[in-house]
Amino acid sequence: MAGSLKIFGPQLRAVGLVLPLVAFIGLTFVAPLATMLSRSVYDPVVSDALPETLNLLQDWDGVHIPPEPVFEMLAIELRTARQERTLGRVATRINRVHGGLRSVITRTARRVRDAQGSSWRDTLIGIHAAWDDVQTWHAIRYAGERFTARHYLHALDLERRSDGRIASRPDEYRVYLPLLWRTLVVSLSLTGLCLLLGYPVAYLIAHAPSRRANLLLLLVLVPFWTSLLVRTTAWIVLLQTQGVINSTLVALGLIADDGRLAMIYNMTGTMVAMTHVLLPFMVLPLYAVMRTIPRLHMSAAASLGASAVQAFWRVYWPQTLPGVGAGALLVFILAIGYYITPALVGGRSGQLISNMIAYHMQSSLNWGLAAAIGGLLLAFVLVLYLVYDRLVGIERMRLG
Amino acid sequence: MGPQGVWERAGRTAYLAFCTAVFVFLIAPIVVIIPLSFNAEPYFTFTEGMLRLEPAAYSLRWYQNVMGDPEWRHALLNSLFIGLAATVLATALGTLAALGLTHPALPGRSAIMGLLISPMITPVIISAAGMFFFYSNLGLTQTHLGLILAHATLGTPFVVITVTATLSGFDTNLYRAAASLGAGPLRTFRRVVLPLIAPGVISGAVFAFATSFDEVVTVLFMGGLEQRTVPRQMWTGIREQISPAILAVATLLTAFSLLFMLSVEWLRRRAGGR
Repeated sequence: MAGSLKIFGPQLRAVGLVLPLVAFIGLTFVAPLATMLSRSVYDPVVSDALPETLNLLQDWDGVHIPPEPVFEMLAIELRTARQERTLGRVATRINRVHGGLRSVITRTARRVRDAQGSSWRDTLIGIHAAWDDVQTWHAIRYAGERFTARHYLHALDLERRSDGRIASRPDEYRVYLPLLWRTLVVSLSLTGLCLLLGYPVAYLIAHAPSRRANLLLLLVLVPFWTSLLVRTTAWIVLLQTQGVINSTLVALGLIADDGRLAMIYNMTGTMVAMTHVLLPFMVLPLYAVMRTIPRLHMSAAASLGASAVQAFWRVYWPQTLPGVGAGALLVFILAIGYYITPALVGGRSGQLISNMIAYHMQSSLNWGLAAAIGGLLLAFVLVLYLVYDRLVGIERMRLG
Repeated sequence: MGPQGVWERAGRTAYLAFCTAVFVFLIAPIVVIIPLSFNAEPYFTFTEGMLRLEPAAYSLRWYQNVMGDPEWRHALLNSLFIGLAATVLATALGTLAALGLTHPALPGRSAIMGLLISPMITPVIISAAGMFFFYSNLGLTQTHLGLILAHATLGTPFVVITVTATLSGFDTNLYRAAASLGAGPLRTFRRVVLPLIAPGVISGAVFAFATSFDEVVTVLFMGGLEQRTVPRQMWTGIREQISPAILAVATLLTAFSLLFMLSVEWLRRRAGGR
């Protein structure tokens, strides 16, 4: 009995120490993410406003125009929604499923007050011909789903046809898959670029005499610590048309004054500024691994007759692979969700998937779609995080 | 020295030139903005006068501009207040958790560690969107408290990592030694543990403060006019009416960052090894 208490004591104390932060993270981080994920599949606005209409539409055959009672119920519920001031949100949601329906719904709700005809069906069709189109009714039924996959379908450029089939959108409406693909390509290129630039530099620092190594390391740490917004501002100053680089090139006569290079507010701007931001995250893990590799190994290989190239590829490079893996994964994870730099220097062509989340959060206010894109990105990052844990180990993560 | 030696030297020179270019790429953008912030003209390039080092081409007008602007002063106060509050919260919670995480008796250590580090790995845009949804349900958007909680969340992983790193070399026999000398757990913590882990705790706190001091996405999503911080103000400046005043702020922020960096490096060296 006493023995088991002894084992239990320290365990309880350890758990007690960790618990406050676990609870804090649960409340301020996990719960928000869960809220976002629920937003991506749950949308009660339309079903709360038009409950009876949707109920009646359950039995609708989906082929012909719905019967008279559906028209009547819709007229009543639209009128109520207008009085309760929820109509705007309802119309927006239906409009997102089927473009053009916003004005149909608001106009119908405004006019239907006065309609006294014997047939609600004729009255509504009289207000707008769209009520004579089965697609309108499909749109209402689809937007009325309380639990829905439509945001995820939208985020993957898929749509559900009126017969229930899921198909990809016409090419000209595809936005998100091309953007996801671009984000992936950009992140991979950035990872490659950072490795290409970072590996030689990390090698130089790792095998320099310690005083010089410390100094060189500071050169990597300065950008690591410098405010992201400051660095982005710096790149704008350097790269813009009237900026330092263009002006220097013009002054040197290398380019004409009207032939200034467009290096910012496009993909070039995003790539250059993001390489600058991410490079330290590659150099630091590489350096941490390289400084543990004795140089003796290379000389030993050379004394056994290996050429410098052979000695590097056969002896040195394999030993740095843990650092390469750690740096590459870290850079890739950070790149894939990057928002600030592309938003400020990417222009139109340099936007990444995160910018779409911000756009739907702040401008289009399509929060369900923003949440779904966020959900997809989160799943992707989570998988990478688990890979990182497997290959590198979260516990071995170091800062600077 | 044969032809092989010549090639070797050429290769070595090319290698050093390449590394120098990378270092220039890393440092030059940050250095360039400093003289430009003293530009007497409202331009982002070096004027001819600046290149000829004429004193008249330089001025403090953009600094006076920033200091005299109530919006920037308000933003600085907000940044300091939110940053300090978030740092205190993150450091206290993170240090306790690190003590628990390095305790050999803790069950499920790697899963807990994974959870506690995840705010650092998750793209901020996703965290900020989630926090916006969740905090607006609680009425915490457009409040300082909401941003303090958000920034503390983003800062805790840094504290956990730095303090666990200092504790990994910690000799647990010291606990028993302290106990055998009659010290209670609190006294042991204050007199034995805290002095040993202090460099890690302070480093973590600096990281947490720097994170908050440079954070803009949660402020964009959740902050109102009253919660504008320095990065938020810079964001607007860069997007809308970019003026050399931004460069003055950028130079000041860089000075802050260097201070943060040097203090962390100093602490690291004091703690011995890395």
